[in-house]
Amino acid sequence: MTTYVDYKTGEPVVDAKAPSGPVNERWDTRRFEAKLVNPANRRKHTVIVVGTGLAGGSAGATLAEQGYHVVQFCYQDSPRRAHSIAAQGGINAAKNYRNDGDSIHRLFYDTVKGGDFRARESNVHRLAQISVEIIDQCVAQGVPFAREYGGLLDTRSFGGVQVSRTFYARGQTGQQLLLGAYQALSRQIAAGNIEMHPRTEMLDLIVVDGRARGIVARDLVTGKIDTYFADAVVLASGGYGNVFYLSTNAMNSNATAIWRAHRRGAYFANPCFTQIHPTCIPRTGDHQSKLTLMSESLRNDGRIWVPKAKGDDRPASKIPEDERDYYLERIYPSFGNLVPRDIASRAAKNVCDEGRGVGPGGQGVYLDFADAIERMGRKAVEAKYGNLFDMYQRITDEDPYEVPMRIYPAVHYTMGGLWVDYDLQTTIPGLFAIGEANFSDHGANRLGASALMQGLADGYFVLPATINDYLARNPHHEAVTAEHPVVQEVLAETEDRLSLLLSVDGDRTPDSFHREVGELMWEFCGMARTDSGLRKALERIPQIREEFWRRIKVPGVGEEFNQSLEKANRVVDYLELAELMCLDALHRGESCGGHFREESQTPDGEAARKDDEFAYAAAWEFTETGAAPVLHKEDLVFEYVHPTQRSYA
Amino acid sequence: MKLTLRVWRQKNADAEGAMSTYEVDGISSDMSFLEMLDTLNEELILRGEDPVAFDHDCREGICGACSLVINGDAHGPERTTTCQLHMRSFKDGDTIDIEPWRASAFPVIKDLVVDRSAFDRIIQAGGYITAPTGAAPEAHASPVPKPDADFAFEHAECIGCGACVAACPNGAAMLFTSAKINHLNVLPQGAPERETRVLDMVAQMDEEGFGGCTLAGECATACPKGIPLMSITGMNKEWLRATRKVKR
Repeated sequence: MTTYVDYKTGEPVVDAKAPSGPVNERWDTRRFEAKLVNPANRRKHTVIVVGTGLAGGSAGATLAEQGYHVVQFCYQDSPRRAHSIAAQGGINAAKNYRNDGDSIHRLFYDTVKGGDFRARESNVHRLAQISVEIIDQCVAQGVPFAREYGGLLDTRSFGGVQVSRTFYARGQTGQQLLLGAYQALSRQIAAGNIEMHPRTEMLDLIVVDGRARGIVARDLVTGKIDTYFADAVVLASGGYGNVFYLSTNAMNSNATAIWRAHRRGAYFANPCFTQIHPTCIPRTGDHQSKLTLMSESLRNDGRIWVPKAKGDDRPASKIPEDERDYYLERIYPSFGNLVPRDIASRAAKNVCDEGRGVGPGGQGVYLDFADAIERMGRKAVEAKYGNLFDMYQRITDEDPYEVPMRIYPAVHYTMGGLWVDYDLQTTIPGLFAIGEANFSDHGANRLGASALMQGLADGYFVLPATINDYLARNPHHEAVTAEHPVVQEVLAETEDRLSLLLSVDGDRTPDSFHREVGELMWEFCGMARTDSGLRKALERIPQIREEFWRRIKVPGVGEEFNQSLEKANRVVDYLELAELMCLDALHRGESCGGHFREESQTPDGEAARKDDEFAYAAAWEFTETGAAPVLHKEDLVFEYVHPTQRSYA
Repeated sequence: MKLTLRVWRQKNADAEGAMSTYEVDGISSDMSFLEMLDTLNEELILRGEDPVAFDHDCREGICGACSLVINGDAHGPERTTTCQLHMRSFKDGDTIDIEPWRASAFPVIKDLVVDRSAFDRIIQAGGYITAPTGAAPEAHASPVPKPDADFAFEHAECIGCGACVAACPNGAAMLFTSAKINHLNVLPQGAPERETRVLDMVAQMDEEGFGGCTLAGECATACPKGIPLMSITGMNKEWLRATRKVKR
């Protein structure tokens, strides 16, 4: 066994920014107490924003509107392509347009409970408050949400809740919200307030005198590595689900920005909290490069089932009604097919493990619309889910109007991320993390349609209010320049790392290593985790890392468009992050939300939390590659939503 | 399946390009077209050759990054994006030509990768509604008739891939530009900038060197999102209306 598991526990980490007082007044209090920057002085401040998804796009646009000088980066060829664009289902907001008993307090309650009591109450309440403003903002931008015949906005219910608070734009809500943010960003680029660098990837963080002052980034077209300086740096680079190789993330989504920030001193919180989405299209073979999600809104009308008998390989149409097991409706009668994602995913795994899975390799369950088509008519089903059905048919060559869809869980979202305080600032002063890149609001499990809400809340409303306070309190009188010794050092380290990757000239491709570590993570740090499995993974990861630096092969040179080099450099970071995820999963000897430890379950197989031992966020401090990190605990206090064992029965 | 690929290789923007021929074997019909190219690239890397550069990201047909002309068709034989094209659309023994988008406004960066930043500049010219954060009225303050909302959505579906330009014999960006104009101009929120939007975006489109429209209709046929050809007619109507209304 490596010494990596012998971590030490350091001082607790405290969120010093969240005000006390009634939870519904805290955001107002914080905004009032935060110092402001005089509008005339804002243009003198430069803020770097990394990423142009919902969080980064909305933050960049809003900061520029406020008058800051924004320098923004994305690895894609256009800021419009960030992976928020692929979110399908919708965005939650406590508008209560349906008069169905929704309120800010209920959205707050649902999110804390859905997160299995591992999120901060202050943050979650703020998120619920801001949710209503987000819808107003997006409508004003021209986001074409679905509407009723009267011209008002339509809403639907979504996994894990009993009210209809999810706003949507057919199955392309993420696309429409992102284009709204992209258009706001474009307006600011045209106005000269944002200096946009597409096809440019952040490779390291520059910390001078304990404060984040810039980044090292590589122009992906020319290969040139350059430094950029600012008064504050905002990471909006998304999650790290691609550690698993196969996930619903975009191919190039990666963890480099947050991992390099972690190596420079930002704590990484709850890395083991990953979400496995229940409704993805099952894989077809080893060539598979990514997995495609089907919006879980499908669970509103589709019914999930498997054959009652093991190894029943009859086609679905030949299996009579009484030989089908609608297992979610059976086990959870009040929530049925709408149980939270972690529960639906694990239930699918369980029935497949029992040998009742369907499709190739028995790794799938049916999602059946026959009843819905009979009840609503084919036309209504088409209007609601048409594009999803088309997508399914294109990928699988099966017609879901005729035969039930096959679905299987896949890695989808990471609740963990850089630790941030109430102001969304990391443990490095001047470094902020927003959207999926931080750990803040979803606890151990995210509810459906809440990622878009959080990304936009952080970017449009939270960060633009809190970053003022930092900039006002920390005026930088001296500009950092490329000649600064710290800058030279970070730049040299980056250049050395890329040179080394190019010089090994081994016999394995970057993808082969990525696949290997991904499969290991899926097996041991996926839907169900055990002490022995995690220890096995922790023993194996350093070996893969060692092999990587002996056998990696990257063709070409650094000073050119070189996609293999980009990939290899991302895999370097996955090979370290994977280790931290496994350690976090090993240390958390309880089950909660997306983290299911087989040793910790109730007699009927549900996740058993251990609040007396683990009611904290685990924030890890980096020491050095392969050496044990230091654990800092942030105790979670629940004043309003009292922890109970989640029950969806 | 065993296939012969003829692929456009071009070291960088300034280099001369040429078609190179490769053989790939063991291709499954369930693979996506890009997974087939992954297979080729894995082999090329191990042989010490430069892998084929191509843009791709979400691989679920929505980000608009992928962009290949396959056997002369933008995104290949099916009406979808290249990432959602599957090898079941091809036969064992086929020879497949793979080229980048061809348009003077989309210069080649390397191999199959082109520069589509002209699209971003068209949006920057007016493809937005001015609504600074915080200034929004209550969402239900202005209802939008459902047919208008649906019309806006159908045009907002554009993924900015550029297939319309690649398919057009004139290299025109009319479908792309008109999709955004139709999306925003039909909404009450878009009304205050209705005229300037269409005038500025069309002017930028011309400045970027895109060709003119002769209503060949190839763009709408190639569009993976089904933006209709009528979209262009709508833009022209908006443009005429705006030129009469706004004296510049």
